[in-house]
Amino acid sequence: MAASDLRTHHYDVVVIGAGGAGLRAAIEASAQQGKVALVCKSLLGKAHTVMAEGGAAAALGNVMGEDNWRVHFRDTMRGGKMHNNWRMAQIHAQEAPDRIRELEAWGALFDRTPDGRINQRPFGGHTYSRLAHVGDRTGLEMIRVLQDKGVHAGLDVHMECTIVRLFVVGGRVAGALGYFRETGRFVLFRAGAIVLATGGIGKAWQITSNSWEYTGDGHALAYEAGAELIDMEFVQFHPTGMVWPPGVRGILVTEGVRGEGGVLKNAAGERFMFRYMPEMFKGDFAESEAEADAWVKGERKKNRRPPELLTRDVVSKAITREIAEGRGTPHGGVFLDIASKQSPEYIKQKLPSMYHQFKELAHIDITKDAMEIGPTTHYVMGGVKVDAETQESTVSGLFAVGEVGGGMHGANRLGGNSLSDLLVFGRRAGLHAAAKRGPPPSFPDAEVEATMRDALAPFEHEGGENPFGVQAALQAVMQRNAGIIRDQKGLETALSELEGLKGRARKVGITGSREYNPGWHTAIDLRSLLIVSEATARAALERTESRGAHTRSDYPDSDERQAREQIVIKKEGDRMAVRREAQPPLPADLMKLVKEGA
Amino acid sequence: MAGAEQRRFRLFRGTREGGELKEYQVAAGEGWVVLDAVHAIQAEQAPDLAVRWNCKAGKCGSCSAEINGKPRLMCMTRMSDYPADEPITVMPMKAFPVIKDLVTDVSWNYEVAKRIPAFQPRAPDNADGTWRMYQYEVERPQEFRKCIECFLCQDVCHVLRTHGKHDAFMGPAMLVRAAVYEMHPLDEAERHEHLRREGGIGYCNITKCCTEVCPESITITDNAIIPLKERVVDAHYDPLAALWRRLTAR
Repeated sequence: MAASDLRTHHYDVVVIGAGGAGLRAAIEASAQQGKVALVCKSLLGKAHTVMAEGGAAAALGNVMGEDNWRVHFRDTMRGGKMHNNWRMAQIHAQEAPDRIRELEAWGALFDRTPDGRINQRPFGGHTYSRLAHVGDRTGLEMIRVLQDKGVHAGLDVHMECTIVRLFVVGGRVAGALGYFRETGRFVLFRAGAIVLATGGIGKAWQITSNSWEYTGDGHALAYEAGAELIDMEFVQFHPTGMVWPPGVRGILVTEGVRGEGGVLKNAAGERFMFRYMPEMFKGDFAESEAEADAWVKGERKKNRRPPELLTRDVVSKAITREIAEGRGTPHGGVFLDIASKQSPEYIKQKLPSMYHQFKELAHIDITKDAMEIGPTTHYVMGGVKVDAETQESTVSGLFAVGEVGGGMHGANRLGGNSLSDLLVFGRRAGLHAAAKRGPPPSFPDAEVEATMRDALAPFEHEGGENPFGVQAALQAVMQRNAGIIRDQKGLETALSELEGLKGRARKVGITGSREYNPGWHTAIDLRSLLIVSEATARAALERTESRGAHTRSDYPDSDERQAREQIVIKKEGDRMAVRREAQPPLPADLMKLVKEGA
Repeated sequence: MAGAEQRRFRLFRGTREGGELKEYQVAAGEGWVVLDAVHAIQAEQAPDLAVRWNCKAGKCGSCSAEINGKPRLMCMTRMSDYPADEPITVMPMKAFPVIKDLVTDVSWNYEVAKRIPAFQPRAPDNADGTWRMYQYEVERPQEFRKCIECFLCQDVCHVLRTHGKHDAFMGPAMLVRAAVYEMHPLDEAERHEHLRREGGIGYCNITKCCTEVCPESITITDNAIIPLKERVVDAHYDPLAALWRRLTAR
């Protein structure tokens, strides 16, 4: 390929990824008078954030005045099984209300309380009604508001552009190389500050609520650039994905269904969650159906929350167990029933897109019948190790925010904490990235040339294996061996099978042209998928305990000696190095708050 | 595969320069939507088949196409709605230039959106910088915010589709976008001139085709476009001003 093939842009800040975190970061960097590029793998406004349904958690205290950042912080730490970066959890709880109010000032139309303030709904793991929401399409509202704000702020948006490599010179980030899907042509961004906001890794599993984009590009780019990854063993399997028909398996069913009173039942009709109360949460949840029902009806002072609103890790494991022990539905799920708890009008008003989704895709009317659901890959808590205040990684000038950033959610993320995370840390990343601007160090053209040649290699492999086949094989390996329940043998199998897949991925072949060629895109995405899959399997093997979303059948209990110990992954030569690192302890006042209540 | 049945598909394969319908056979599973079949064809028979998708649940508006001539989302179109013995034909949206296969160049929409005057809220109601809005007030613009920007309404609109008036008419999707802010309880920006001149709102002659194809069931014509037309008319053709012009013979 000729050098004329390459277009070069110069920016102060380049943001990779245009979901909530990327948009919020780009808006902030632009507000600091930076020249900002926003690069996205899909069209603008199609990122994963649009699929977020339930809401954004922020202790506004509009519905229950007792709420404040301390309670939110405590819920987040307990939900994360005390593994969270405490400072991030604190900043998040403190700043989320301002970020939500700011969104309203930019045009967001949240549902209202009777007295005209932003309404808030209950959600798993949150002590009080805390999620600002718009029916069950909160993410869509958020992304549209940010999209409009960003477009009018004068961002340069590069759509359908995939970044394949970051350039780092002397420990400082210097640029990024990508290609446009439409033309297959390369583009080089030179910038002294780069923000990764690429989302997660859920496409590494068969049953997933994640789209084609979620191949862990940001994780892999950071890893290849020499940054550290943490907590990669903590992958959230959302308790409620669709299970039937097969074509829709894995599609998300919002936790809002349970927030609005939906209950989980096994095939025998038993409301089983009462049997799965973890020690840590005893006393916080209803102990009888009557108490739970009274809470749903609004009598919230005297009664406690239904156990269906336990944290996602707990609910997913309970469902998995019910199915494994033979109490599952014919299609291998359990029932989620809201029809018997709320009126059809209420369900249609509060959960319109769920009503629509089941009606169109499964021919089920959720105002009349129960849904069949089961766990689905949803979110990775692990990510690039960042500074809590600035979101800067261990590589100077390289930032990571949102799902690709690690630490905030610990061993398990609470529902609703993602949308607020995007806003709080998106703003911070944009602010600090803009402050880091300056002429980037230069790097040799030969490096760029080599990267382009490497990206185009699959076109040379005539008769090579179809990349979609290798991707499917990888997903099968991870589903089988690195899913909800793991053990040493399975994880070792995963690692050896991934090794074989690496070889196959190097030899995949592509037919057709460079223009909008999904086979080629998949061949390139495979490289990221292999890195994040290996990182997950290695970290999961290293953590010889069960904690939060990471469950080992050979080590079923939490091990106090491994509490707040982090598995850190870093590239060393051609090897993926794994080490343990102790996180700093919580300051005494915050520890007291977590232990004794806010 | 359990319950699999052989189904025939005719997919458009081509580029800006032209193309043709190509026939594929696929073993379809139970409950499959059209996008599942297109993905299966892509994974097993035609890895370079271009198609956009993201959420696969009708929430992102990426997989718009024309299925047996009807503008639809591929992810929300069940194959069981079509006779099993006839091929299903999938074409790219006609109102936009083809990039490749089922993918069209929809960048025009983003350019139009950029030029709609931005949201401009009134001064905050409260000292802490917040506003009071009531549910009945937000429900009206909330309907328009359901828009997932699939552009199927743009595709079916004859002003764009048949007459190609992209330079004179912003189309139903962008009118819906403007309506969000026009009917936002806090907004104070002036958009009427924009809608009348650059937006070409007068081109819409209320055939309601857009409303029919909207996968989000937004009542585009009745709830967004007609009220906007009325506002534009009220602002521009104020009858008192017209009378004054007549009386003073200006």
